[in-house]
Amino acid sequence: MILQHIADGILSGAIIALGAIGLSFSMKILRFANFSHSELLTWGAYFALIFASFTAAFGPGLGNPVGPFSFGWKFLAALVFTAIATSALALVLHELVFDRLRRTANHMTMVFASFGVALLLRHLVLLLFGGDPIYYSNALQFAVLLPGGVRVMPDQVFLLGVTIVVVVSLHLFLTRSRTGISMRAVSENPDLARVSGVNVASIVRWVWIIGASGAAVAGLMYGMTVQLRPELGFSLILPLFAAAILGGAGSLYGAVIGGLVVGLSENLSVMIIPTTYKPAVPFLLILAILYFRPQGLFGERQ
Amino acid sequence: MTPLLVAKDIVAGYQPDLPILHGVSMEVTKGEVVTIIGPNGAGKSTLAKAIAGLVHVTSGDVWVDGTIATNVAAHQMAGAGVGFVPQTANVFTTLTIEENLVVGGAALAKPAANRQIERVFGLYPILADRRGDKAGVLSGGQRQILAIGRALLTEPKLLLLDEPTAGLSPKAAAEMFATIREIATDGSGVLMVEQNAKAALRMSDRGYVLAEGENRIDGPSSSLLDNKEIGAIFLGARPDDLLPVNQRNDP
Repeated sequence: MILQHIADGILSGAIIALGAIGLSFSMKILRFANFSHSELLTWGAYFALIFASFTAAFGPGLGNPVGPFSFGWKFLAALVFTAIATSALALVLHELVFDRLRRTANHMTMVFASFGVALLLRHLVLLLFGGDPIYYSNALQFAVLLPGGVRVMPDQVFLLGVTIVVVVSLHLFLTRSRTGISMRAVSENPDLARVSGVNVASIVRWVWIIGASGAAVAGLMYGMTVQLRPELGFSLILPLFAAAILGGAGSLYGAVIGGLVVGLSENLSVMIIPTTYKPAVPFLLILAILYFRPQGLFGERQ
Repeated sequence: MTPLLVAKDIVAGYQPDLPILHGVSMEVTKGEVVTIIGPNGAGKSTLAKAIAGLVHVTSGDVWVDGTIATNVAAHQMAGAGVGFVPQTANVFTTLTIEENLVVGGAALAKPAANRQIERVFGLYPILADRRGDKAGVLSGGQRQILAIGRALLTEPKLLLLDEPTAGLSPKAAAEMFATIREIATDGSGVLMVEQNAKAALRMSDRGYVLAEGENRIDGPSSSLLDNKEIGAIFLGARPDDLLPVNQRNDP
């Protein structure tokens, strides 16, 4: 039983981790808590749905099932499409709202603006796609029994693999590429990065692209393993913030570990508290980390 | 010869209606070390930041090598050959030494940046030996070397140094001044803000004394060293107060 909860926790933790990476980077580099970030997960899921509909000639949903999975090769194209489309949406928000405000307003104004943007994005989904749950595929999928009596869907195992690939790629980007190293430099000291010749405006756009891409993949994964609905992102906002704060703002590894901790504790909590209290778990984690280690597990003390 | 840097009647500050500099002017020519001294709050650091493009210039002009460069974005100034080493937080402590230099080469094409990184490692072997270490573990003197190495990566025509010897031991400070002299001998112009006024003037060619955001006295360093008036500018004190605390004759 406990193994099943751990398996479920890791899988939901992977989704939270991918979403939290962007939130964590924007808290550190853009220097505000972006409450509209979770809506990028929703849009990521629906962009993939749009892609699936427009490419119906190449197979239903995310493609004709291959092997034990509920999807086919089209999934990879949908992944790339939704990452690009969600990044484009994020860059539009940056140019139209956040970049303009950043020049004149303080960070609290940015936070409140992000609430407004979140409402707008969420209700736009409701307006365009309706409030009913939608699925990429109607195909039934059977769980595989693993040793220890753990049941998992093949899709979930595949998506865990996708998460690992995304995190490793991001790690390589941040440690090997000049843009990635410059991003870490801006994160630590923007003025010193400027006088070193780093174009901070361009780095900020990269932060949006990376955050939005992570959110898009997380949204697509949520849509595949649960369902698509307009409040998909909104329902994840507390776990996302808990993961980002737990891990420490600006830390890739922190966001990943934070996501896993939140996912695991949510799923394990149902063993000792009623399921209805499950959403309170991330909230308690935020309180605990802010009390004992406000900079987060991997954050730098300011 | 066209001066490398001309700052003319600079008015600048952190808030638009609260200028810190009230029309400061100065020049630096190629191969020259110029020191700016003055009491706390004189606007020395603000001037360096205004030239580097970090502080907005509300009036007056900055010319670098004959080209107007007033309020050019800081990252473009770096690309145009102005290196700046701030007084505090002048290395990226969470990055390795090599990564600090990679950031310093952000304005260059990648092959040129890689060549420059190796050149700087050649200049300062202490950095090469520890290239994989996080900059946060370096000593004060080593950090200053890294900060200067980072700024030298673009082979700047003009190097702006804000208190390069702050917090260093007398030995490390002397080594730092020797390094700065070498940089000027290699052809760059150096503009240096210093609290360690006497030591800085002894190794520089010319000096400017700022007080309350205005030029007060300037001239060859030797003449400034003998100038009794400077003591009065520093908090109305005696010339002896220009010395570092441990070298004063006071009881």
